[in-house]
Amino acid sequence: MSGYRLATAGRIDRSKPISFRFDNTWMKGFEGDTLASALLANGVSLVGRSFKYHRPRGIFSDGSDEPNALVTIGEGAAATPNTRATMVPLTQGLVASSQNWRGSLKWDLMSVNDIAAPFLSAGFYYKTFMWPKAFWEKVYEPFIRSSAGLGVLSEKSDGAVHASGWKHCDVLVIGAGPSGLMAALTLGRTGARVIVADEADANGGRLARESLAVGDELGADWAVGVRAELDSLPNVEVLPRTTVWGVYDEGLYGALERTERNGTRGTHWRIRAKHSILAAGATERPIAFPGNDRPGVMLASAARGYANHEGVAVGRRVAVWGNNDNATRTAKDLKAAGVRVVAELDTRKGDEIVRTKGRHGLREIFLSDDRRIEADALAISGGWSPNVHLTCHHRGRPVWDEERAAFLPGPDLPPGMACAGAVTGAYALSDALRQGAEVGSDIAEALGKPAPRLNVPEAEDDPREVSAFWQVKAKGRAWVDMQNDVTSKDIVQAQAEGFVSVEHAKRYTTLGMATDQGKTGNVLGLALLAEATGRTIPETGTTIFRPPYTPIPMGAMAGTHRGQHFQPLRKTPSHAWAKEQGAVFTEAGLWLRAQYFPQPGETHWRQSVDREVIATRRGVGICDVSTLGKIDVQGRDAAAFLNFVYANGFAKLAVGKTRYGLMLREDGFAFDDGTCARLSENRYMVTTTTANAGSVLRHMEFVRQCLCPEMDVHLISVTDAWAQYAVAGPQSRALLQKVIDEDISNEGFPFMACKGLDVAGVPGRLFRISFSGELAYEVAVPTRYGDALIRRLMELGAPMGVVPYGTEALGVMRIEKGHAAGGELNGQTTAGDLGLGRMVSTKKDSIGTVSSKRPALEAGDRPALVGLVPVNKTAHLQAGAHILPPKVATKTANDQGWVSSACHSPTLGHDIALGFLKGGMARAGETLVAWDGIRGVQSDVTVVSPHFYDPEGERLRV
Amino acid sequence: MAQTDASSATGALTSKEHVGDHMRYSAWEIFKQGLTGNKSWPRMWRDPEPKSGYDIVIVGGGGHGLSTAHHLAHRHGLTNVAVVEKGWIGGGNVGRNTTMIRSNYLLAGNQPFYELSLQLWENLEQEINYNAMVSQRGILNLAHTDAQRDAYIRRGNSMRLSGAGGEWWDRKQIAKHLPMIDLDTSRFPVIGGLWQPRAGTVRHDAVAWGYARSADSAGVDILQNTEVTGFIIEGGKCCGVMTSKGPIRAEKVAVCVAGSSSRVMNMADIRLPIESHALQAFVTEGVKPFLPCIVTYGTGHFYICQSDKGGLVFGGDIEAFSTYAQRGDLSTAEHVMEVGLAMMPALARARVLRNWGGLVDMSMDGSPIIDRTEMEGLYFNGGWCYGGFKATPASGYCYAHLLATDTSHDVASAMTLDRFATGAVIDENGRGATPNLH
Amino acid sequence: MMIDHPVLGPRDVREFTVLGDASLIDRPDPTSPDAAKLFHDYVHLRDNPAGIKRELWFHEGGDRSWLVVTRDTLSHRVLSVALARDVARRNRETQA
Repeated sequence: MSGYRLATAGRIDRSKPISFRFDNTWMKGFEGDTLASALLANGVSLVGRSFKYHRPRGIFSDGSDEPNALVTIGEGAAATPNTRATMVPLTQGLVASSQNWRGSLKWDLMSVNDIAAPFLSAGFYYKTFMWPKAFWEKVYEPFIRSSAGLGVLSEKSDGAVHASGWKHCDVLVIGAGPSGLMAALTLGRTGARVIVADEADANGGRLARESLAVGDELGADWAVGVRAELDSLPNVEVLPRTTVWGVYDEGLYGALERTERNGTRGTHWRIRAKHSILAAGATERPIAFPGNDRPGVMLASAARGYANHEGVAVGRRVAVWGNNDNATRTAKDLKAAGVRVVAELDTRKGDEIVRTKGRHGLREIFLSDDRRIEADALAISGGWSPNVHLTCHHRGRPVWDEERAAFLPGPDLPPGMACAGAVTGAYALSDALRQGAEVGSDIAEALGKPAPRLNVPEAEDDPREVSAFWQVKAKGRAWVDMQNDVTSKDIVQAQAEGFVSVEHAKRYTTLGMATDQGKTGNVLGLALLAEATGRTIPETGTTIFRPPYTPIPMGAMAGTHRGQHFQPLRKTPSHAWAKEQGAVFTEAGLWLRAQYFPQPGETHWRQSVDREVIATRRGVGICDVSTLGKIDVQGRDAAAFLNFVYANGFAKLAVGKTRYGLMLREDGFAFDDGTCARLSENRYMVTTTTANAGSVLRHMEFVRQCLCPEMDVHLISVTDAWAQYAVAGPQSRALLQKVIDEDISNEGFPFMACKGLDVAGVPGRLFRISFSGELAYEVAVPTRYGDALIRRLMELGAPMGVVPYGTEALGVMRIEKGHAAGGELNGQTTAGDLGLGRMVSTKKDSIGTVSSKRPALEAGDRPALVGLVPVNKTAHLQAGAHILPPKVATKTANDQGWVSSACHSPTLGHDIALGFLKGGMARAGETLVAWDGIRGVQSDVTVVSPHFYDPEGERLRV
Repeated sequence: MAQTDASSATGALTSKEHVGDHMRYSAWEIFKQGLTGNKSWPRMWRDPEPKSGYDIVIVGGGGHGLSTAHHLAHRHGLTNVAVVEKGWIGGGNVGRNTTMIRSNYLLAGNQPFYELSLQLWENLEQEINYNAMVSQRGILNLAHTDAQRDAYIRRGNSMRLSGAGGEWWDRKQIAKHLPMIDLDTSRFPVIGGLWQPRAGTVRHDAVAWGYARSADSAGVDILQNTEVTGFIIEGGKCCGVMTSKGPIRAEKVAVCVAGSSSRVMNMADIRLPIESHALQAFVTEGVKPFLPCIVTYGTGHFYICQSDKGGLVFGGDIEAFSTYAQRGDLSTAEHVMEVGLAMMPALARARVLRNWGGLVDMSMDGSPIIDRTEMEGLYFNGGWCYGGFKATPASGYCYAHLLATDTSHDVASAMTLDRFATGAVIDENGRGATPNLH
Repeated sequence: MMIDHPVLGPRDVREFTVLGDASLIDRPDPTSPDAAKLFHDYVHLRDNPAGIKRELWFHEGGDRSWLVVTRDTLSHRVLSVALARDVARRNRETQA
């Protein structure tokens, strides 16, 4: 409880106070604060609890590298857990809550874990919790699970979405610090299209939080000036609060803009850039020393950043300690802002902190020379780690630089990427500015837009000499990963147990696996591992950096494809009409199809379906079949082409005739079936199943372009161009004759005939094909007339009792006829399995015929299509049951087949089914068991022909 | 069949000999070590120099290779065995997957094998004295249409026939157990789901380490940072491997290098029915217990579970193009998120912490291969597609059986290389010889 | 990835679907005495190289051209793109 707001310092707008709530306390901050700076200003030092030991945690950094200050923002369904307080701009009414405690934040019952810490060292869980066996899932695991995790994710959706979009540019500048701004300015003035994305406010990066001078002004003011010029250039777009988090192929970058606008939670940008300049700066890292995890211990850059930028003192008595000149600068800045600095310690002078004290926050520090210093904040600097992450997203590895004791970008950058500024180890401000200008003008030249050399302003140089100093070797636990509670001892132990590779050590100790992704702790951990194994850091390696650079909400990447907009919805031309009739719809891929049309008084779907079937078989019914795939095939070689695509012969199909066709895949299994009508000498209409409309077209185009390039044939998908209706039943001809003038009698238009003709005054098509087994036609008109046609047919058919029927009745009638559909054509069955073996022509080559002769595809014991009827005629049959011999054990070895489709046949008055049975129709007459163990039912069934209804097909030829 | 196999599989191990200062892990040991500052834990496995020859050399120190070594040593008494690994053990797919185990397959060529695997998982900790945190929290496959329900029912019945169990959950049961699932308002409403209560998750890295420790304790040499650069082929027979640490002779060479299968077998001039693809997986920041089981979506490929540490672990489709780059495309990642949110809108606020792309062997029928090759002395295990992790115990068990006896184990007898020539393919989803569709 | 369509110019990978190895253009002779083996190899066996590979891509969200895309499976760089129909024709001519 020690931070406070300085009277004058900082760049916040003190005329704009903001109220916010942390846990149960309302507090005040100002515009320009982050939640972290406002908490510090209100004297809050305890913000959360660590992952494993539930140690008190405060604010450690002032950026996206924050490991400790994780809070839940918002409440109820909108609560967002694990949010870094350092990245949340303070807004009026903001509600933040602390996480990962039981009881209260201050008195966390789970901190008992900390007392047991000696027994919870690295990998302890791999070595115990094994006895008794059942206890793992019932006792140990639930306990571990509930103490792990951090914040709570609500089970409900608040409905908020992220927008998403594309941006294109010549150059993407990642980071608006000194080098990024110089590069953007250089390029911007050439007219190149530039996007500048900055994780913070795009106002100078670290420069905004330092007291350094550029030219004769404060660096932070200089940055504001450059930003203003960039904003004024029409070819430059500055995206503040935008994190470039991933590098993909061919200059594609994933970026998350966190600014909420137009009711969205932010925007997911896909940025295509010819070039990129990574100017992502560097992250300060800590030193491992006993008790280094107490609230109040923080990065030196953060301590002075809060003073310089938000005018916040991080403590009333601040000690500063480092292995480099940052410590000196920090002390200077703090003092200049009016903060009391009680000690300036430097490892290079032999100062080593060996212990700290303070239950909920730092109170005292102890040095190796027995000094003790009362301090409520300690600003530490263990040097800097360049933010090389994005340079590694294409598997490039960073290289170790001994002089800077840091990893720098390696030679294998993603194509088009260049680096500038601190990320390259150019820590000094003047170097960063110069490098930005140089890289900018190099790229301008590469773009053919030579840039006049910008005057690089004079800058106050910030000495950054580092002497590698990683840890204080003293009694007590020294934290390396503050969030996951990985200490230097864990790393030593992992090494002793053989986890000497960094990948092993990381996984064994969980180092760097926390939400901060090890931004502050990873290099330190690596150094400790190297020390423990007696190897150099480069020998020890580095872990692979993968996207995302910082955690990205799932909702951001999903964008607006949510809820009903997850996938497109396809409606048939008569959808509106069907809806008026009260149809119940069903999903068929992306389509919605009418499943059945309930009439008043019908309380069960079966009643509707039975009625539709009976009415169709006795009179006439109409079904919308527009969803079937339709492919217009034209060209001199169309016949030869189709003869090659279909397994059965198509060379001799006469003009005006339709034929059922079966396609195989090249591996010899059945692919798809449908009809193919020859409309004229060189023109065919192919229909496919609804499910395979896309894949059949793709396949046919493959055959056409890759296998038959010499053929003159063209394919056009016309699925959406035609509304098509099956008109089925003994009265179908009479009904259609009311809208068609031409002769469609059995003689004039026999079974399997097809023709282009006028339908109700509209140019349409008529096919005499039948899926129902009745006298039937499919009539097609251009899509825009579909709605009118169904209304006309229903009106004209009313006197003969016409009914609309849906996919259920369609299914019942095709099962009664023994026609294959999705359940049978499942990609695992052969033509032979389907009872269509004779269709595969032996007189010609077509796709799949060679492979269809493989021995296992022709084996006699393959499960083949049969019909099944229940022995007890009141029994119900359902698809998915397996077929077993009677009175055998229910085990895999006795499995002889399965039920692929089943329904109640209103025509026969009992249930019927299609199935695949080993041996197929050779077993007709046998009684077997349809075993549906998962639903707890089974029925005795008799094997019969799959053609239950009118097997000779007399009804469809009348 | 599977039960018999598993009961013998999970019975007494044939070899209990341990070499070196092998320590038995226990709560007592943790207590003892804790009191003395955790300073004398021994190495989990040795770091030996290669010998000039072994009875069997296993190429690949991933989960399957190490499991094979464990089973060779402890079930067949074969300990003159080396595992040769290019990098560090467990650095491939066993170290990078969505940690799910299940035996919910349809076909007889697969289901008994995966059921054996699940039974081996159930006894893993006691078998290897290493807690890999096998957690049987169940898997639910959501169905959205009647056709999908029928297919799941058929599959569920296959599962029950194999002894794996399986239930059908209606919407009410789903709503009760998993209130975060959007049953109604999403584009594809849910009508029910296939539930296997015995499915679960395992701490994946621990599987590699536990098997390595167990194999090592019996005398198997685990040779890390030893890259195979070629096969020693004499008179048409494979007699060992050339490595970056010199030649190592062997009676039998067992390749087990998922993701790199084609590259390695190419050194013996063998072409495989396999294409390499990348599979992206994702883990979110840790959150308090949110998801009690594994759930998969039915309209679009998406599967998700929650780790003991609280991270939501999930994945989706493989990259459709073949790649060795171990990374995927942004569009694929976006699609995975879209499907995930269609299923559980509340996931919108979970943040993706890590995303990785693992290389998977996509076989021509979507099922694996455990078989001898046309070259004497050379054996092959691969083609696990994106489902190899759950198979780790049974894959090692059956591969060891094949290596020790030169006959296929019953439950792996369909997983042959010649099935593509005969047509006896194991094509679970009926997509044919198009590896990127499996 | 970006695919430089020979007719339409650079297009994002999202517009395409991919089938697999471009060797699928070279369908074996069904009348060959060892047609069964040739078809087994053609349908199932793949070189699956780590490096330069020729693959068949379909511009499904575009002009429905099948393309032969030569790319590096290690870096994802696209090296060249041709219309599959042209490639297939050339193959026929060289075989003839």
